[in-house]
Amino acid sequence: MARIPRRAKRFFPTLFRNTLSVSAKLVIFAAASAALMAADHRGRLEGPRAAISSLAYPLHFAASLPVAWFHRASTALASRKQLLEENERLRRERLFINVRAQRFATLQEENRRLKILLESSTDLSLEGSVLMAELVQVDLQPFRQQIIINKGRQDKVFKGQPVVDADGVMGQVTQVGLFSSTVLLLTDPAHSIPVQIDRNGVRSIAVGTGRNDALLLDYLSANADVKEGDLIVSSGLGGRFPPGYPVGTVTKVAHALGEPFSEVAVAPRARFGRSREVLLLWPAAAQRGPLAAEG
Amino acid sequence: MILLSFVAALLLTGLALPDWAVHWRPAWVAMTLAYWCLALPERVGLGAAWLAGLVLDAHTGALLGQNALSLVALAYLALRMNRQLRVFPLLQQSLCLALCLLALQGFAWWARDLAGTPPQHWTFLMPAVTSAMAWPLLFVVLRALRRKYRIV
Repeated sequence: MARIPRRAKRFFPTLFRNTLSVSAKLVIFAAASAALMAADHRGRLEGPRAAISSLAYPLHFAASLPVAWFHRASTALASRKQLLEENERLRRERLFINVRAQRFATLQEENRRLKILLESSTDLSLEGSVLMAELVQVDLQPFRQQIIINKGRQDKVFKGQPVVDADGVMGQVTQVGLFSSTVLLLTDPAHSIPVQIDRNGVRSIAVGTGRNDALLLDYLSANADVKEGDLIVSSGLGGRFPPGYPVGTVTKVAHALGEPFSEVAVAPRARFGRSREVLLLWPAAAQRGPLAAEG
Repeated sequence: MILLSFVAALLLTGLALPDWAVHWRPAWVAMTLAYWCLALPERVGLGAAWLAGLVLDAHTGALLGQNALSLVALAYLALRMNRQLRVFPLLQQSLCLALCLLALQGFAWWARDLAGTPPQHWTFLMPAVTSAMAWPLLFVVLRALRRKYRIV
């Protein structure tokens, strides 16, 4: 190729672009991306991921501002009457809960004494500590059920920590940044939680479906005793979720002819997409579930 | 200014939408990248695309490298077809962009299938359509900004 005068190069850079180098760059960057994806999928990038999610926090925070402002404006504009009504309702709810809590202390003590009599090793006591966290209102990638909460390594959040809301189990922490962490919800297709039927203790595993109104119970044989309306609670097996937290209620039981397992759908109790506050649990050491306690 | 436009695109990507609208969100970052690749091919290229993709991965909690790969491919197409695309009318550009994005969505689907979390519904193709609809708007806005601030 003839030598291109410098001035021409400066004024028409695209004309003299060497197209081969673009293709070469494409190959290099594609290979780098593929390598990153493979490493990340195998969980080799824990350190960098944590650093990155700390760095992404300002972006998440900024993206959540419009929604936060909207909420604040709607509270500020709520009428006095509405607030009084809400206050009254909450006062009534608190009274009910207090009355039930009074009974609860006695029942817990009685339960403990009976367990000692039976020499049972499971312990449903509510020791351990909790911390309230708020959702950061951002959307992550669609088709994954994840949320971001505003507590991170600063607040001693750890990977695998169980997260619940007022009504039931929500999910577990999958990534911890400095100021925020990512929570994988029960409903994500990659999530499963060991559960049992509260009525009779039949055990199963609840797997997410990707929709926020349904879970599926795996490995329940066709003749297992399960009915619509049964309460499903966490079983504590696996040692990650503490036992006895409500997960959902059975909505549909179907037996396909000739299949060894029945198909059981569960509506989760936690209010995905509606609760704005969640609780992080620090289970007490003795209470990480029977397996963890024995092992 | 280029950086700012990318930050704005990222914020739009993270903005919480009501449940029904989530799958219809246009691919803001991809479109911004496509615009700068068309307008200033000698300044915004594959390197910028890769970085933007990594930031997008971190922002959306995707597998690191997933969006980086798609955006690099998009930038490559935009650079190679630069001279054709630049003279196309806006509607034709939209159509090209939609086709590119469709291909990339299919590609992303494949990547997520390998990772074990495939999308379960055909709506994962929707961003290509909404992006095509949003493209003329984005193009006009970014061109106005580019001319106002004389970015060359």
